[in-house]
Amino acid sequence: MTEIFGVPTQALFGQLLIGLINGSFYALLSLGLAVIFGLLNIINFTHGAQYMMGAFVAYLLGSKLGLGYWWSLLLVPPIVGATGMLIERLMLSKLYKLDHLYGLLLTFGLALIIQGLFRNEFGTSGLPFSMPAELSGGRNLGFMFLPNYRGWVIVASLVICLGTWFVIEKTKLGSYLRAATENPALVQAFGINVPRMITLTYGFGVALAALAGVMAAPIYQVSPQMGADLIIVVFAVVVIGGMGSILGSILTGFGLGIVEGLTKVFYPEASNTVIFVIMAIVLAAKPAGLFGTQK
Amino acid sequence: MAEAFKSLLEVKDLNAWYGESHILHGVDFEVNDGEVVTLLGRNGAGKTTTLKSVMGMVERREGSIRFKGSETTKLTSNRIAGFGLAICPEERGIFSSLNVEENLLLPPEVAPGGLSLERIYELFPNLKERLKSQGTKLSGGEQQMLAIGRILRTGAKMLLLDEPTEGLAPVIVQQIGRTLTKLKAEGFTILLVEQNFRFAATVADRHYVMENGRVVDMIPNTQLEASMGKLHEYLGV
Repeated sequence: MTEIFGVPTQALFGQLLIGLINGSFYALLSLGLAVIFGLLNIINFTHGAQYMMGAFVAYLLGSKLGLGYWWSLLLVPPIVGATGMLIERLMLSKLYKLDHLYGLLLTFGLALIIQGLFRNEFGTSGLPFSMPAELSGGRNLGFMFLPNYRGWVIVASLVICLGTWFVIEKTKLGSYLRAATENPALVQAFGINVPRMITLTYGFGVALAALAGVMAAPIYQVSPQMGADLIIVVFAVVVIGGMGSILGSILTGFGLGIVEGLTKVFYPEASNTVIFVIMAIVLAAKPAGLFGTQK
Repeated sequence: MAEAFKSLLEVKDLNAWYGESHILHGVDFEVNDGEVVTLLGRNGAGKTTTLKSVMGMVERREGSIRFKGSETTKLTSNRIAGFGLAICPEERGIFSSLNVEENLLLPPEVAPGGLSLERIYELFPNLKERLKSQGTKLSGGEQQMLAIGRILRTGAKMLLLDEPTEGLAPVIVQQIGRTLTKLKAEGFTILLVEQNFRFAATVADRHYVMENGRVVDMIPNTQLEASMGKLHEYLGV
């Protein structure tokens, strides 16, 4: 059997793959957080609960209406995104003039309430969610075996992340968004409905979380706790990448997923803490994060 | 049907607040179609607040601001922009995350008849050479040209300019003066906030003097020489 640094290649590539999968979810979630933080200046602690809602709405569409995975992929982001827009209109919009802390407390409280409601309804044990038939099975890449669904998650996540980056950095719509992040009052005085743009942006960030939830459903179990477990790591990713940096959150998401996977191979004891160790080092050396700019 | 109105912009008994502080205490003035009018006054007299109130950028305002006969006091700034008003703020408001071209193309068209890009590059040739530069990497003068240039494209015919000459070299100030004169000839109406009344005298038709949140005097440009003594007292120069 071939080995690299005394580790069988099978194990190495296997963990690398798991790292890439985790990285895909880190990237999708931290991207949504970055977009929301950029324009709304709110640290959206509800993000994990909204990711969980994505998985549950997909489960419900399947069990109650018989709609499959692909329908869920299409319908869940707008449904959960709409609940996000409602939250923004009814609650978050009252907080923009106050300190960051209020937004953080409100969204944290909301996350607890939403998780509690789902736990009450569905219990704590995970619910199964079957993989779409088109993506079952896998292929042998020569050096490793790649399950089709996992390959799909990595590719889809990359496409969505790069698409979002392109829209924000290279299009007219994105230039409104970037300008409103800097000086919303002036952008509005040019004739753009900034409050509506803020609502839609929050809805979009939440929709990204829900989409990640649908994609996660066949891999991880659908459970009320799934978002809370993940979101702590995602916040570390966001801090390392730099609050509000779009490209930073994508690159750090994938990068840290891989680092975590490799740690599992070479020093498994540290695999749960490595991201937080990196966070501490980055914060000490570059308080604004790797890709962030000091405000 | 819009009712008949005399002035393009009529401001009556305008009061405005920032939080708890009451800044404007009943401002009255008017601007006719095609005029260049300045607001003169010391720091803190309320000139910038008046300009922002007209644009709808001050949240709490009372009294009456009529543009083409329509009351705009209750409208948000994006609706007011739709009437054909555009602002060039004192801090210029160039966006650092946008390049020069994106900054220039940012304000959406609000009416037909804005200047073409070619015409804007003709007025400000420097901009054309720096299109891909980051907006805030331009010199102060170029940033000012960009801040004025981008609102000429939108079809807005009334421009609100807040101290466009502040901190700029004399040769740039002259260029901006010539540009304002050309814009007036093309039918733009301009409300200008200025500290530098020597510059104001070269471009304006009339001057309003502000003190403590009120308009205290109006001086036609033709009588500026005769009113020098009075003006020095107002401005404390």
